[in-house]
Amino acid sequence: MELDLKKLKLRSINETLQNLDRKKNERDFKIINPEGSHALCAGLTEDMNINIKGHVGYYCGGMNQKAHITIEGNAGTGVAENMMSGKIHVKGNASQSAGATAHGGLLIIDGDASSRCGISMKGVDIIVKGSVGHMSGFMSQSGNLIVCGDAGEALGDSLYETNIYIKGKVKSLGTDCVEKKMDNNHIKKLRKYLKEANIKNLKPQSFKRYGSARKLYNFKIDNLSSY
Amino acid sequence: MCGIVGVYLKTKKFEKDLGKILSGMLNNMESRGPDSAGFAIYKTENEKNYKYSICLNKLNFDDFRKEIIKKVKKPTINQYSDHVILTTSDEPKKVIKIINSEFTNISLVGYGRSIEIFKQVGNPKDVVKKFKLETFSGSHGIGHTRMATESAITTDGSHPYSTGEDECLVHNGSLSNHNNLRRELKKQGNIFNSENDTEVAAGYVSNSLSKNKSLKDTLISGLKDLDGFYTFITGTRKGFAIVRDEIACKPAVIAETDDYVSIASEFQAMAHLPSVNSAKIFEPEPGIVYSWGN
Repeated sequence: MELDLKKLKLRSINETLQNLDRKKNERDFKIINPEGSHALCAGLTEDMNINIKGHVGYYCGGMNQKAHITIEGNAGTGVAENMMSGKIHVKGNASQSAGATAHGGLLIIDGDASSRCGISMKGVDIIVKGSVGHMSGFMSQSGNLIVCGDAGEALGDSLYETNIYIKGKVKSLGTDCVEKKMDNNHIKKLRKYLKEANIKNLKPQSFKRYGSARKLYNFKIDNLSSY
Repeated sequence: MCGIVGVYLKTKKFEKDLGKILSGMLNNMESRGPDSAGFAIYKTENEKNYKYSICLNKLNFDDFRKEIIKKVKKPTINQYSDHVILTTSDEPKKVIKIINSEFTNISLVGYGRSIEIFKQVGNPKDVVKKFKLETFSGSHGIGHTRMATESAITTDGSHPYSTGEDECLVHNGSLSNHNNLRRELKKQGNIFNSENDTEVAAGYVSNSLSKNKSLKDTLISGLKDLDGFYTFITGTRKGFAIVRDEIACKPAVIAETDDYVSIASEFQAMAHLPSVNSAKIFEPEPGIVYSWGN
């Protein structure tokens, strides 16, 4: 089914997708003329395939469950924010806070993602084929952030248990973020993710792994005077 | 939250359509700023004379015309709703003095050889219509839709701010050190007409440009001197630039083709631009000055 944002209102398109008629078995949608609209495909809960032809605005696919969304263009702030499951594939670049607070699912960005990519992520897997901006992985709690390009300043600041894999250069690490050893298990997992994102030219061994030094987990009495 | 937009034409292809392009962008940014709107257009023709953009507020147009023709040399006066563009060969020093001393309650919103500025409270769609922006042509233009946070909803509080000849600046964000900086700039001779933080940023740029610094260098030093959240778009007679602070919470998208550069807070403001889908679209990086022209 084709949904045209020049003819239909954003709210009616979202309502159609949010209240899928199960009897009809219509599971494939194409959205045309998105023209940077905000909150497109937010709050979907069913298994379906959506292809968006063009650039989208803020919070595309927010809170997504089960749906597979492909964006053939760029995405604005907070693409896949709070995603629970399913898959979102951005073929262009993504703006700041991509995958913010997302609990599950897979977010693939073919281009670059700007600042705060994966901020407070709670279990999502994010694969960025380009580079990420500053403060990426800030306070991230669980899941995997995989970046084939470079990372900006303060990567993984105050993170908990997210695994961050970076292929290129890291401008600087944030507080409590350290480089960690890659063992066979990590390499195996990373190989699986790269395959899923159809990345054939990069070896998992060429990535570096970053994670939490776990020094912020507990209150240190020595620091009392700083408070 | 505010919406900012700008277009800089690299070729003459869209000069006649500049107003149309900019009005579409402002209309689409209504969601970011419904309180007031304004725009500055740079026209290349008639550079021998000075143009003064004046908001008449409640003064009757005929009363203004009757008085001003006695006071300045060979004026031509074009009326656009409650704004007029006064064109004369008289120098700014003289005309600014006349406007400030001979009239009460009218405000000079900008002046220069090329710039024309219009701004007013109200919904962007109404403001754009009122000033007939669609009919304007020019080489570059900058616009703003305001959601007032820092000071009152007034014409004086609307953007763009112009604090020097052919200069203007629009701002999405807020400055935290504007009071200190205003005091400092006042000491150096800058004049401010409002309590607004953005006017201080515009004054900072004017002050630096008057010391023969380039627009790019001015904005680079501004990264150190201006504290707060901001995306600025600034224009001069031949130049156009954008900068975001290093935290970069305030958004911006650039679309560049062989014919134009356009900037907006959100992509949806530019979705109607010619061949935008094949344009190079990117976000300006934090703390980096992007400039065109000089």
